[in-house]
Amino acid sequence: MSQRPSVIRQTIITPIVLIVALLIMAALSYQFGSRAFNRTVVEMFINIMVVVGLYVFVGNSGLLSFGHISFMCLGAYMTAWLTIPPVMKSITLKGLPAWLLHTQLPMWVATPISGLFAAVFALIVGRIIMRLSGIAASIATFGLLGVINNVYSNWDSVTGGQGSIVGIPPTMNVWTGWIGGAVAIAIAYLYSISRSGLALRATRDESVAASASGIDIVRERLIAFVVSAFIIGLAGALYAHFLSIVNPGAFYLRTTFITLSMLVVGGMYSLSGAVSGVVAISVLIELFRDLEKGVSLGGHTIGLPNGVQEIAIGIITIVILMYLPTGLTRNQEFSWRRWPLQRRLARPVQTALKELH
Amino acid sequence: MRELLQIIFDALSLGSLYALGALGIALIFGVMRLVNFAHGDFIAFCVFAMLWPSIDAAAIVFAGQLPFYLLIPLLLAIGAALSILSEIVVFRRFRNANPATMMIASFALGFVIRHLLLMLFSSRPKSITLWPSLGLPVEFLGAHIPMLQVVTIIITLAVLVILVLFLKRTRYGLEMRAAADNFTMARMLGVRANGVILLAFAISGMLAAAIGLILATNSGTADIGMGANVMLIAFIATVIGGLGSIPGAVAAGFLIGAASVVFQATLPHDARVFRDAFVYGAVIVVLLVRPQGLFAPKSAKQRV
Repeated sequence: MSQRPSVIRQTIITPIVLIVALLIMAALSYQFGSRAFNRTVVEMFINIMVVVGLYVFVGNSGLLSFGHISFMCLGAYMTAWLTIPPVMKSITLKGLPAWLLHTQLPMWVATPISGLFAAVFALIVGRIIMRLSGIAASIATFGLLGVINNVYSNWDSVTGGQGSIVGIPPTMNVWTGWIGGAVAIAIAYLYSISRSGLALRATRDESVAASASGIDIVRERLIAFVVSAFIIGLAGALYAHFLSIVNPGAFYLRTTFITLSMLVVGGMYSLSGAVSGVVAISVLIELFRDLEKGVSLGGHTIGLPNGVQEIAIGIITIVILMYLPTGLTRNQEFSWRRWPLQRRLARPVQTALKELH
Repeated sequence: MRELLQIIFDALSLGSLYALGALGIALIFGVMRLVNFAHGDFIAFCVFAMLWPSIDAAAIVFAGQLPFYLLIPLLLAIGAALSILSEIVVFRRFRNANPATMMIASFALGFVIRHLLLMLFSSRPKSITLWPSLGLPVEFLGAHIPMLQVVTIIITLAVLVILVLFLKRTRYGLEMRAAADNFTMARMLGVRANGVILLAFAISGMLAAAIGLILATNSGTADIGMGANVMLIAFIATVIGGLGSIPGAVAAGFLIGAASVVFQATLPHDARVFRDAFVYGAVIVVLLVRPQGLFAPKSAKQRV
């Protein structure tokens, strides 16, 4: 009889494959890509962080969340408050408390603080929201998004209101982007093989059986909520350093739905799905952006009219979901061997909304 | 007294708008468990259908010039046609998909419609003048109420009465209620699934057109994003009302409209810009107290 194989040894290959694949992309783009292309790659890495963060909550708990982009907002503004030079802050953000007004931290310190800030906030609101389940929980997270967006859009003296805050040090390049993506994948992986992650997936698949086995659903959901908020808070901070400006409109419905689409297109119940969804959609966006700019054919430049990009991406998303309703990865992980659990439990994937049926 | 009357009319007319939106979402949710995020873009599409495609700032009013007895049926037909078309082309293929997938598909469809409009009309808001006489105030017990508010409320009440009669008194209404209650069982008993679903989409599309007309008359502009806000609140109203409950959705629509107006009137001046935060906060509180919705139908109870 051989020894029982450990979970880590069986599954560690997934995050390694993902992180190495991203490293190759970063290296290729650094070596051969133009400046503009490198920026696209950095943006993709940040989207990977957001979608992986979403996966930690949505994928493991099965609850659809519309509110996670508000954590991105919290992280981005926190890093703005911490890293903008005090001289600029005292003009544009007069309402900040004095100690914050006079602090200036480097990005490497400000980013983790921003993630922690989002996580602490998630811990507070999560204690309330996580008591709900099914679509009520989804709508409550929607409410959270609405509240945060409304407050950040109108609290002029602290957030600069609807306008943008400028002056965040632009310190992002493909390598920092890659590190961000790798950290997000590592945290998501560690969470999903942890005791809490396993328990949460049990509640997702059979909530009644799980609570009968002594799993505290609210507690496990709260842990996932906080972990995902931390990852997305980090992503928000890096996004602020990427654009060097922040404004509340960037963290609202459009971003919410695009990141959710990436997750669903990739396969919402797997980490590999989260990453490959972002990569697939980013590649499509870049492809159509180039086609809009025009392709040179025998001296003539033939370009698609502006706006075709979004329409084509919408249509392609619909077509992918039509033929692969469980996403590009069919909710499975990249690995040499299948996860033993998944092989044994070959059953249709069920969703957050199944209790409504 | 006069101010109170003003507030009541504001609340009723805003609530009417939300109720019509919630109705459009609840009808479709009832028969196929689809939360239709494209509804807001249906609304915008119906408004822009009155204009001739151009990217100039000045709108070339096309169908909008028709007399109202032609324009209104035409727009309702456009709304219904768009809605039916989206069901045939897109949603029919998602019948057995899980709700999250359907939701994202509907969002993607809305995204396509929105960017199609952007391509044809550019992102600049355009002014259209429909029935300027409706903007004039009428005097009612000493308060000046815009005619449009009165018309909006009357239209909504009329739509509700017609819909209730349709659902309760006709064969198709009966089939639709049966399908909303238990779709599989209804099919077993001879309800034609495609017919019922198409009907729900058609009514939902007409409701979108009605909202578009009211919004366009009210603001005098056509803006790509004009349906999105109504759609969001309507979506929330559908959940608060109890998913699957049509009267619940309407009631919750009115309730949210009333809450917005009351917060606007009673919050201290500095906090007024945070009105929406209070509304969303109230939504969370309501959900915590009654997660199944205020008026949840018996059939929505969780079965173990």
